[in-house]
Amino acid sequence: MPSLSELLGRKRSASTAKDRLRVVLIHDRSALPPGVMDALRQELIEVVARHIDVDRHAVRVEMVQEGRSATLQAEIPIKAAPKHPSSE
Amino acid sequence: MTGRVITITSGKGGVGKTTATANISAALAAMGHKVVCMDADIGLRNLDVVLGLENRIVYDLVDVVEGRCKVRQAMIRDKRLEELYLIPAAQTRDKNAVAPKDMVRICDELRQDFDYIVIDSPAGIERGFKNAIAPADEVVIITNPEVSAVRDADRIIGLVEAEQKGPAKLVVNRINTDMVERGDMLAVADVLELLAVELVGIVPDDTAVLVSTNKGAPIALEPKSKTGQAFRDIARRLTGEEVPFSASNGNNGFLGRISKLMKSKEGRNA
Repeated sequence: MPSLSELLGRKRSASTAKDRLRVVLIHDRSALPPGVMDALRQELIEVVARHIDVDRHAVRVEMVQEGRSATLQAEIPIKAAPKHPSSE
Repeated sequence: MTGRVITITSGKGGVGKTTATANISAALAAMGHKVVCMDADIGLRNLDVVLGLENRIVYDLVDVVEGRCKVRQAMIRDKRLEELYLIPAAQTRDKNAVAPKDMVRICDELRQDFDYIVIDSPAGIERGFKNAIAPADEVVIITNPEVSAVRDADRIIGLVEAEQKGPAKLVVNRINTDMVERGDMLAVADVLELLAVELVGIVPDDTAVLVSTNKGAPIALEPKSKTGQAFRDIARRLTGEEVPFSASNGNNGFLGRISKLMKSKEGRNA
């Protein structure tokens, strides 16, 4: 249920706190510093791009909380249909 | 008799652990249970002053550990409640004077004579914390609706699980209804959603708590106090009673979310 202030379209400090905590807790629990996430994202792109043509700018890699555990979710959009596997 | 050991902890200091320990212990004793509360904060003793028993101390926890007295001799009977006792911490020693196995041994002895042994844990995640949770059957985490307290609570919840003492239960202390309604304080439902543990209490932010600590008289024993009622409700929940979270706890409108969250959690655990 949205609060009154959310209905008025204002972002209040409690919701900022909650958003910040959500990210902090996921990193704390997985012992994965936010900086390592960036490196992981880059490496994932490199690996996938070796095989498929991906849209590098649209890649999303994030930790998603579910209860007290987290899932690493990657969304890697593919640019074109895979080429015929003959060139290699 | 086989008493239950309940450890009150938090990670962060200053969130209200000692006040909660005093009040939950007093509320349990007022319900007719035999209760002993133990201050595990060696070197920073405080449970004695919160309970108003500071002038009666002869022996302390370290004296028991080092064999200078029997557990019975270190127990101080409360002024108001026949069935409430305190084992104070040592003030002039440090946390290394006690080891987790000492706590287990002392609590095993106390379990014979008491229904509940309530341990006030020190802040932090070092020896004092390990001492406090070693004998625990149940761990209650106190937090405030504030980023650093919630973050530390999450860390402690993880450590309690790692020590096979979980799942920990949560008390959200110092909820300011006006601030929650303005959107400037995390609501209980937000804290629960982030921490994903079972809620056992919501305690309002109340200046009367300071007054009761000034006097050394637990607010849980004041029948008309809402905050006292919040602590009495926690005590009842810890005995296994189902006590609904009342709207007076400042979460009107959020209550539906809380019960929904708790149901979804039960669903996951099933």
